[in-house]
Amino acid sequence: MRAFISSVYLFLYAPIALVVLFSFNAGRSASEFTGFSTDWYGKALGNTFLVSALQNSLIIAFTSAALAAVFGTMAALGMERLGARMRALFDALFAAAIVVPGVVIGIATLVALVAVFSFLNPALAALWPGDRPPQLGLGYGSIIAAHGLFSMALVTMIVKARIASLGRDIVEASSDLYATPLTTFRLIVLPQILPSILAGFLLAFTFSFDDFIIAFFVAGSKTTLPIYVFASIRRGVTPEINAIATLVLFASLLLILTARILMREKRSKSGE
Amino acid sequence: MRAAMNTKRNLVTAALVAPAAAWLFVFLVLPFVAMLVFAFGERAPEGGYQAAFTFAQFANLPTRATAFWNTLLLAPAGALLCLVVAYPTAYHLAVKANPRYRLILVSLVVVPFWTSLLVRTYAWMYILGSRGIPNLLAMVGIEDVRLLNTPGAVLLGIVYGYLPLMIMPIYVSLEKLDRRLLEASADLGAKPVSTFFGVTLPLSLPGVMTGVALVTILLLGEYLIPQLLGGGKVFFIGNALVDLFLQSRNWPFGSAIAVTLVAVVVVVLMVAMRIAWRVAGTRQVDLV
Repeated sequence: MRAFISSVYLFLYAPIALVVLFSFNAGRSASEFTGFSTDWYGKALGNTFLVSALQNSLIIAFTSAALAAVFGTMAALGMERLGARMRALFDALFAAAIVVPGVVIGIATLVALVAVFSFLNPALAALWPGDRPPQLGLGYGSIIAAHGLFSMALVTMIVKARIASLGRDIVEASSDLYATPLTTFRLIVLPQILPSILAGFLLAFTFSFDDFIIAFFVAGSKTTLPIYVFASIRRGVTPEINAIATLVLFASLLLILTARILMREKRSKSGE
Repeated sequence: MRAAMNTKRNLVTAALVAPAAAWLFVFLVLPFVAMLVFAFGERAPEGGYQAAFTFAQFANLPTRATAFWNTLLLAPAGALLCLVVAYPTAYHLAVKANPRYRLILVSLVVVPFWTSLLVRTYAWMYILGSRGIPNLLAMVGIEDVRLLNTPGAVLLGIVYGYLPLMIMPIYVSLEKLDRRLLEASADLGAKPVSTFFGVTLPLSLPGVMTGVALVTILLLGEYLIPQLLGGGKVFFIGNALVDLFLQSRNWPFGSAIAVTLVAVVVVVLMVAMRIAWRVAGTRQVDLV
C-alpha cells in the first residue's frame, strides 16, 4: 500500500520535476544532463514574442478575474435574496458555464461575436462621422468575456458556499442594533467573505492564465502565453520551452497555494 | 411604507445580480443560440457561415465517426483508469494516513490540477518523445520503441491530467465516513475485507460517481492531450472541432458537431445524476 501511494506521488511530480531539471540543462539533450546553466531562461526572457504573450496573458487574467470577483460576489449576495425559481435559474446557468467543455464555450463565443460584428461593423461605418470608423474584432475583449464567464461561475460558487456557512444571527444582531444594511455589510459580512473572494479571484486568475483552448478560438490575432507555448511545442521540443514551462508552473503554483491558504483560513475560522 | 421598502429591496437585489445576469445572457445564452442557428446553416463558399435551414450538417456527422468513437471510448476508459489509481490513494489519505500530514498530502494531490494542463501534458511529450525514454532504451540496446502518438500515450496523459480531480471527491466522501460504523462492523465479527465491501465502498459511492462523471464530462471536450500525445493519430471531438473552425473553416458543420457534443455531455450528466440519486443524495464536490 505504502509503495503504491509513494509511486502515485512520484507519478504526479516526477514529470514536472524533469521539465524543471532540464530547463537548467546546459546542453540541448532531453535525456542527458550536461551541466547547470540558466542560459535558456535568459533566452526565453529575451524573446520579445514570449514577453508580449506573457503581458497579454497577465492583462487578460487580471481583468477577467477582477471583473469575476466583483460581479460574482455581487451575484452571490443577490442570489440569497432571490425567489427559489430565479435562484434555480441562476444556479443552472452557472453550472452550465462550468460543465460545458471549454472547446464549446470557445466555439459558441467565436460564432456569436463574429455574427454580431458582421452586423455592427457596417452599421458603425455608416454612422461614423469621420472616414475611419473603428473596427470591432476579436482580441482582449473576447478572451476576457469568455474567461469571465467561467471565472464568475467559480467566484459565485465559492462565495455562495461561504455565505451559506455564515451565521444569520450576527447579521440580525447588527440590524437589531440599528446598523443600516450597508453598515452591516461593510462591518460584518464583507470581512467574513473577503478571504473567499480573494481565493476566488486567485483561482479565476490561475484558470485564465492557464487556459489554452478557449483563447485559441477567440483570441483573433492576439497571442496569450499558453497559445505561444503551444505553437512553440508544435515547432519542436526545446530546452527553451522547458524554461518557459517552469516559469508558468511556478506562477500558477504560487497563485494556487495562496488561494488554498486563504480558503483554509476561512475553514478554520468557521470551525470546520 | 412596507411597499416602498420592498421596492427598494427588490431594486438592490436586481442591481446585485444584473451584471452577472447580463454576462450569462450575452456570453453564454446568446452564443448557444448562435451556435444552434449556425448548425442549421450552410458553409459559405469562401468558408464561414451562410444563412440557410438544412439538416445537412447533422446528416454529415457520420463522416466524423472516428472522432466520436475515440472520444466515447477513451473518455470513459480514461476515467475508469483514473478511478483505479485514485480510489486506493483517496482511501489511504482519508483512512490510513497520519492525520498530522494529511493536509499536506491532500494539498500535494490538488495542486497539480490547478497548474497548467498544457505544461503537464508537455512534460509527457518530453518524456515519451524520441529523445526521452526511447532514447534511454536505445542506449541499452532496445531500438525503435515508439511511445508517443499512441492510444496508450493518450490514456497515460489522461490519467496524469485528471487524477487529482478523481481523487478529491472520493477523498471527501471517505473522510466524511463515520468511523463508528467501521468499528461496529468489526465488533460484529466482520473481517476487514467484508467491512470494506459491505460498509466503506457503498458509502463512498457518491464520491466515486461524482469523480467518474466529472472526469468523463471534462474528457469529452478534451483537445490538448490527444493533440500533443496522440499526434493527430488518436483524435477526439475537440480536435475535429479545432480543425473545422480554424483550418477548414466549415463553421456550420463544426457547430453541428459542437451541438452534438453538448447533447452527449447532457446525457452523461443526466445518467450520472440518475445513478447518484439512486445510490445516495448528491454531494458537492470540493475542487479546492
